[in-house]
Amino acid sequence: MRVTHRDVVCSFCGTLCDDIEVDVEDGRIAEVRHACRIGTTKFLSASRHEHRLLKPMVRENGRLKEVSLEEAVERAAEILAGAQRPLLYGWSSTSCEAQSVGIELAEVLGGVIDNTSTVCHGPSTIAVHEAGFISCTLGEVKNRADLVIYWGANPMHAHPRHLSRYSIYPRGYFRERGHQDRTLVVVDVRRTDTARLAQKFVRVQPGRDYELISALRAVVNGRKLPMDEVAGVSREDIEELAEMMKSCSFGVLFFGMGLTQSPGRHRNIDNAICLVRDLNTYTKFVIMPMRGHYNVVGFSEVLSWQAGFPFAVDFSKGYAWYNPGETTANDVLQRGECDAMLVVASDPVSNFPKPSVENMLKMPIVAIDVHPTPTTMVADVVIPAAIAGIEVEGTAYRMDVVPLRLRKVVEPPEGVLSDVEVLQRILERVKEIKG
Amino acid sequence: MRFTLITGRTVAQGDAMEKGKTEEEFMKACAIVELDPEDMEKLGVREGDTVKVKTSEGELVLWVRKAPGEQPGVAFIPMGPWANYLIGGDTEATGMPPYKVVDAEITPERGKVPSLEELLRLYTREEVR
Repeated sequence: MRVTHRDVVCSFCGTLCDDIEVDVEDGRIAEVRHACRIGTTKFLSASRHEHRLLKPMVRENGRLKEVSLEEAVERAAEILAGAQRPLLYGWSSTSCEAQSVGIELAEVLGGVIDNTSTVCHGPSTIAVHEAGFISCTLGEVKNRADLVIYWGANPMHAHPRHLSRYSIYPRGYFRERGHQDRTLVVVDVRRTDTARLAQKFVRVQPGRDYELISALRAVVNGRKLPMDEVAGVSREDIEELAEMMKSCSFGVLFFGMGLTQSPGRHRNIDNAICLVRDLNTYTKFVIMPMRGHYNVVGFSEVLSWQAGFPFAVDFSKGYAWYNPGETTANDVLQRGECDAMLVVASDPVSNFPKPSVENMLKMPIVAIDVHPTPTTMVADVVIPAAIAGIEVEGTAYRMDVVPLRLRKVVEPPEGVLSDVEVLQRILERVKEIKG
Repeated sequence: MRFTLITGRTVAQGDAMEKGKTEEEFMKACAIVELDPEDMEKLGVREGDTVKVKTSEGELVLWVRKAPGEQPGVAFIPMGPWANYLIGGDTEATGMPPYKVVDAEITPERGKVPSLEELLRLYTREEVR
């Protein structure tokens, strides 16, 4: 029998599309409609059990060996409770409920907890501490925006439905003709697939975004540029873009890793926020980070409720301590300041730079995930988990900080628990060991 | 030839990742370097050829792919274990490693692109533990 689930939320990227239709037949996902290429694959691959982690494993004599869940939880708890300062990392591709248990575990262990913000929009968070934030919901973008700028972001690859659901193509309350009522501008170092759709593409030289933002601020504020070009962009182009920004009725600046991972990092975002603040003297303008993982925003929310800070919190002092650059995952790893790792729903062996990975491989690793990854391949304890948003319910926050309820459409593989249940079991055992 | 190396998401990388990182498709989506067509001509390489990409952190042999649009002087590697083998760790006290805007030297090189296991072995210098 085929059952159709409607308005399912896709748990891949921060766009958190909530209009997905999923057909389930004989307990397996048979068809997915409305999702992008990546989202469709995520749903369909959930039912390809031969490519999933199905059994808990513990490393013995250099090889991973299948064990019972109890044994895996016991070994995980021993590793974490026995560490002086474990690093608990990942968290962005699971539910707020799992994040909440993970944060309690970090506190009980006296460890450092950090999520993937640290390698995506951590610098944006630092900039918001410095400069504040002028933003809105994606619904407002859809209904009001007539100028949409993507700066250092390529949503056609990273958030494939962002343009069609929210920013460019949908018909909005004040934008009845959809894309005909909007202008798309892309600033990037490459002519990306998103740039190819833009009415105006501005090619900035790599690593010189800060200068270009400063030049735009100068022009927006009525100054004449004394030079012919800035960061590879001609004065005419800068003046034209500044005029477009000042004369629109509702502008939005979406920015991505092109700003956060390039030289300048948080200073680029600080300057971009100041540009948007300047523009509000003339018109309505907002700024929004293109958040990658579907619940990366949720982690910052939950950590802020429980510990008072948005990412990179160190509990080793007996209280919550936040100092990016000191308590951030890559800095802790590279200084060799942690002696064990718990990785949840993430793959830092793939996604961290070489010096961090070299140090990771020197310490015991406990990994909780749904698929085999380079991190589970080198881990000492591997515990399979059900997929939030497909096999278990939960809460996730969209990139505009709107919470949405994740749905369950199929049962998880037999014997496979949710992240929440696995973490609760580890937490209980750690509390017993710690007394 | 000198390039500015950028790493980041592609839809093929995201799709392959969700199918499974231990599958061959993931390697085909990630163990590549996208170059501007004119830069490929200057290097004397065609799509599917291999090149050596060298940064201050390390060097790897990767397949060449033609970039979707022009990007003179910029080399792009999809995020993943191959890209990050070439990335250093200096976060400038922000937590963020330099994933973008890295100096790289690219030369034509007939060689074998390392598989995921071979890449992990480069780290551990032994069998994957």
